[in-house]
Amino acid sequence: MGVHTTPRPSGGPLLGEEGTDPVKSLDRKLLRDLWALKTQVASIALVIACGIGGFIASFSTYESLSFSRDRYYDQARFPHVFATVKRAPASLEARIRAIPGVSEVETRVVRDAQLAVPGIVPPMIARLIGHDFARHGGMSRLTLKSGRWPSPGAKGEVVVNNRFMEARRLALGVEASVLLNGKRERLAIVGTVLTPEYIYATRGGGMPDDEWFAVMWMDARSLAAGFNMAGAFNSVQLRLARAASSQAVVEALDRILEPYGSFGGVGREDQISHKILSQEINQQRIFGTVLPSIFLLVAAFILNVVLHRQVNAQRGEIAALKALGYEDRRIAWHYLKFASVIVLLGAAIGVALGRWLGGAMTGLYTEFFHFPELNFRTLPWVVASGVAVAFLAAFGGALAAIQGVVRMKAAEALRPPAPAEFRPLLIERLGYAELATPAQRMILRNLERRPVRAALTVAGIAGSVAILLSGTFWVDAVEHFIDVQFNHVQRGEVTVGFVEPRDRSVVRELARLPGVKEAEANRVIPARLRAANRSYRTALTGLPDDARLFRIVDRDLAATPPTPGGVLLTKRLADRLGLAPGDAISVELLEGKRVKADLRVAGTVRELAHMNAYLRLEELNRLAREGPVVSGAGLRVDRADEASLLARLKEMPAVAVVIVTRTLLDTFRAQSARNILFFTSILTAFAATIAVGVVYNNARIQLAERAWELASLRVLGFTRGEVSVLLLGELALEIALAIPLGFVAGYWLSWLIISLMQHTEVIEIPLVILPDTYLYAGAVVVAAGVASALIVRNRIDNLDMVAVLKTRE
Amino acid sequence: MSRSGAPVLSARALTKVYRMGEAEVHALRGVDLEIRPGELIVLLGPSGSGKSTLLNILGGLDTPTAGEVRFVERDLTRAGEAELTRYRREHVGFVFQFYNLIPSLTARENVALVTDISAQPMPPAEALGWVGLADRLDHFPSQLSGGEQQRVAIARAIAKRPRLLLCDEPTGALDYETGKMVLEAIARINAELGTTAMVITHNAAIAAMADRVLRLGNGRIVGEARPERKLTAAEISW
Repeated sequence: MGVHTTPRPSGGPLLGEEGTDPVKSLDRKLLRDLWALKTQVASIALVIACGIGGFIASFSTYESLSFSRDRYYDQARFPHVFATVKRAPASLEARIRAIPGVSEVETRVVRDAQLAVPGIVPPMIARLIGHDFARHGGMSRLTLKSGRWPSPGAKGEVVVNNRFMEARRLALGVEASVLLNGKRERLAIVGTVLTPEYIYATRGGGMPDDEWFAVMWMDARSLAAGFNMAGAFNSVQLRLARAASSQAVVEALDRILEPYGSFGGVGREDQISHKILSQEINQQRIFGTVLPSIFLLVAAFILNVVLHRQVNAQRGEIAALKALGYEDRRIAWHYLKFASVIVLLGAAIGVALGRWLGGAMTGLYTEFFHFPELNFRTLPWVVASGVAVAFLAAFGGALAAIQGVVRMKAAEALRPPAPAEFRPLLIERLGYAELATPAQRMILRNLERRPVRAALTVAGIAGSVAILLSGTFWVDAVEHFIDVQFNHVQRGEVTVGFVEPRDRSVVRELARLPGVKEAEANRVIPARLRAANRSYRTALTGLPDDARLFRIVDRDLAATPPTPGGVLLTKRLADRLGLAPGDAISVELLEGKRVKADLRVAGTVRELAHMNAYLRLEELNRLAREGPVVSGAGLRVDRADEASLLARLKEMPAVAVVIVTRTLLDTFRAQSARNILFFTSILTAFAATIAVGVVYNNARIQLAERAWELASLRVLGFTRGEVSVLLLGELALEIALAIPLGFVAGYWLSWLIISLMQHTEVIEIPLVILPDTYLYAGAVVVAAGVASALIVRNRIDNLDMVAVLKTRE
Repeated sequence: MSRSGAPVLSARALTKVYRMGEAEVHALRGVDLEIRPGELIVLLGPSGSGKSTLLNILGGLDTPTAGEVRFVERDLTRAGEAELTRYRREHVGFVFQFYNLIPSLTARENVALVTDISAQPMPPAEALGWVGLADRLDHFPSQLSGGEQQRVAIARAIAKRPRLLLCDEPTGALDYETGKMVLEAIARINAELGTTAMVITHNAAIAAMADRVLRLGNGRIVGEARPERKLTAAEISW
């Protein structure tokens, strides 16, 4: 402050008339206060940084993915409606184009066939799509990634989805072959492409099968010829006018295609690649909302506690400022600036962290989602809202802490605070006084005296446990899912699908193949299910009563045989159709005689995967008015003979599809292992930051509040260790309370996240958290607590004993 | 009355120099001192005379820059942190100007906190009885007057049966009447338990109750006196 040479007639210096000097002095105080608390400031800033960083990472990833998706859809002219049909004449195109709302129609031939590449033993599947290479354009435009386009008219030249070549580490020019109508056709891969239709390439299992599933585009005419589809199509894509209703168009399209064996049309929202991509994008929004909220709440709490301590320790200074004429507003603003500096520091770290993390997450997505361009970008609104929310949280915490002192009259603030009052513990009042030593009572009474702070501390630590659990239980959930699907539901090591339905006796043939220990057939017929005005396109699955290799298993692992006299529905499907056991359901088979019938819902089953409808095998055959035929089989196989079995299966013209569970899972696990490691590490670091932030700041504040008491004890002959126990015992107790609470909270948080994500119908994520995961979460938090304690311990060792003899707190 | 026997505490040429930034502060400039068992010593001196520094060194809270300090046969001059803690824990009872009680513990528990870590303590209730607080055992500090709090502090100091009772301005925060009650308690413990006691004060009137009075000035002992007639605490006034 400046020095006055002439006294003012009206009294002391007035604020404002002093110019900016007093503000500068106060700001200097601010900087010194911040510096004095630098470790605490840093720990709070880091918690805020985690919140902002998580928010920015998730929402930027969300924005980047949605933006890339939408732009790609737009540029590549991704269709709005998709339909498949058994075989429809090309002349139908004009009628389809006439459907109100349809702006463009494209028909094509799409077929799945067994794919063989020299040197690769397990069978693969190629989805062959007819394409007019002379006239690029139309819908789902291909982007050439490498190589060249097939020469128009050149026989057997194909381009393949880029990811397949990458996953298989294949070079262009490799010779592949497919079984076309029972005839092996040689194909030359001349280029790789990207398509909006297979941003996520899967045949429908919900797992990426890049190594086992290739999408190939070949000359439309050759493909049509190979499958006897000249002048016909089996796949149609539509683009709609801006305001058109996709549902109305789908219904009109279904009516047109029905006589030709329609499998039913779907809107974009049910297109498999789009559906999985959109689910993932939405998950980012859920993660980006739920987890950062916890961080910011915890940051608000820590700031509150720290500022509370700060203003109480500075009562005298506040009183002096008031006596000097500083308005309450200005003093409050001084402390809010303290919070602001921390938020700004946290924001700076958080933005950098968020951009790095978001970039890394987007990078991980490129493994699964194949865009021509997936650029990570951070939008200003995301950064601005992240920082704004952090400010709101911090100011909330800060204002609550400072309002009492700021409102206090100057004279009142000059007096020392009233001595702390304590009372006997609840357990003592209940008559169990002998249970605790004086040291234990100190710890317990301190806890009891500040129940809100203790509760919030426990909540903060529990929050970090919960974050850890909700971030790491996915491994357990996915492994449980795999266990259910591949050890309880689909128990065959190899699954085959036939080109056409076969007589049941095929099972005996399969059982005679090398290495086959057991074979079991089933019948799957695509179907549309209707109830009232809701409908869903799925398949009816007919299973033998004594099914062993494909069983209906609920999420508690209880196996149910198909119920006689009706359809057994996956619970999620029943819910979607609004059906309960006993209700009537209309079934329209989309194959063969395309039978329509009204059946009864015999029951529901809480399955983890897919939206299934089951019948007894005989009943399904009877319903379809077909003989005792089957369309696929599961095989239990001797591992030693697997290679020769697969070689034999590849040679069988009747077999369209062979899936080897083990290889599918190996690929999946290898891909997800990296993701899981990444997210687990990040969340562990985040949760540890929270735990350290809460524990360390509490320890520091406890130490500041009780330094006098603890130093007195040191004078009385208490060792450093004994004094540390008194201080840290309280925190140890809080951590001990927080961990079990955190387990419960983590369970519910995981449940919340799962439920928010559960509009997916592909799979249901089971809420399974194994003991090891709990143990891990608990251990991380204990480690964070110990680390914080060690930092504070150093300060306990350096308590100034001499000073306490001369001062009173 | 003069006491005899080997000294409990002896100091030779004690020097203490503090470094305050650029400046050196000589708090003690060569203090020689012997304290005999059972003595009640009053250490007088104005602020800055070095009396607190001397008490801190004798009480094992600080070590001298030069010179030597011994407790019975033990050399405290070169004692490490752990050894000084053990010394304070086993042999020294402290009474502070501001009592320094633990607010979350009752009177009895404040005493028990110390007796729990002592070898042959007296029961907390007995120690509180010595200072006349037998009926205030289960009160928290916030429920006690300043004099009562200081008497709890004395009970806490003597409960471990220390060889040495060091009191730093024990009446400094108290009014006249309560101050006298506290001095009475100290004198009684010295007389009846035989605890060697040293009271630091800048209140010269208190000197009348001592066996020996040391005057400290500018870091040196500038005077030593033995009152002809030792008064009781009730007899002194200021």
